[in-house]
Amino acid sequence: MFNKLALLIVLLLCSLTAYASPVDTYEFKDEVTKIRFNALTKELRCPKCQNQNLADSNSPIAADLRREVYELLQQGKADIEIVDFMVNRYGDFVLYRPRVSSLTYILWFGPALLLLFGVIIVVLIIRRRAIPEAEQALSVEQKNQLDNILKDKE
Amino acid sequence: MNKLIRFIPLILFFALGIVLFRGLSLNPTALPSALIGKSFPEFSLATVKDSANIVTKADLKSGIKLVNVWGTWCPSCRVEHSYLLELAKSKRFTLYGLNYNDERELAQQWLTRLGDPYQFSAVDEQGKLSMNLGVYAAPETFVVDDLGIIRKRFAGPLDERVWRREFEPLIIQIENERKQRGE
Repeated sequence: MFNKLALLIVLLLCSLTAYASPVDTYEFKDEVTKIRFNALTKELRCPKCQNQNLADSNSPIAADLRREVYELLQQGKADIEIVDFMVNRYGDFVLYRPRVSSLTYILWFGPALLLLFGVIIVVLIIRRRAIPEAEQALSVEQKNQLDNILKDKE
Repeated sequence: MNKLIRFIPLILFFALGIVLFRGLSLNPTALPSALIGKSFPEFSLATVKDSANIVTKADLKSGIKLVNVWGTWCPSCRVEHSYLLELAKSKRFTLYGLNYNDERELAQQWLTRLGDPYQFSAVDEQGKLSMNLGVYAAPETFVVDDLGIIRKRFAGPLDERVWRREFEPLIIQIENERKQRGE
């Protein structure tokens, strides 16, 4: 009984997830091209729908662009050439991973700078707190002063 | 000095607030076109009215050209159509159509029923020219100058207000450039 239940649970866990992605019937000449196609359509953004990549989008323009990516791959174009093709037409907007340029420096290096800034502040605070014992000790003069004050109180 | 440090978070907060508030009023669909300043792409396409009539870039007249991307499936194209008919009367530029992702018969009916503002409308069945133009929806309107250079891309329906704000200054500028060249 228990075994059957366990088996059922295992089988249920193995059930396939359904994806509502558009299905194209493209024939690839080899497995590598297929992987490259999938990678490219995931990296390129659909210009119309803004928050979907080419692979996920059902809009007509995304279908056109997927076909174009496929054709360029069939022509033996390199990935970088295909990305350039898209950028030349639709601008940097189509890249989900923006290129490093003077426009995107803040995007790429901003977080590292902020981290560095934070580290500097933390180091400064820690160093200020950890004042060596020797400096805290009173000088002879200060000790006499303190003794006098205490005496006055008594 | 210490007092100033205490205010840094508040200052940062306001700076971020201003930046984000500005972001609220930006239009995320207004994308810069990658084609401004580039030459209008070559094409060889049939027209809506006659599938045997192949038009190319050489068929575009000299002078300023407006290229309007449209489709019968696009409601905003219906909205701007009457204004396009108005624009077509102007002698300052010529208006061309690019029929995008459409069916020829529907497109023909559209032009017969609503009137045809275009010198010709090319049918872009494969979507190649639209792709070379970086078109991703309709309506879109391109301004091409005397030298065949794309000067502007506008996404969205045209009307009097848009025309005066977005197009009129550019047309005047191109006309002035022409004068400077002495034509």
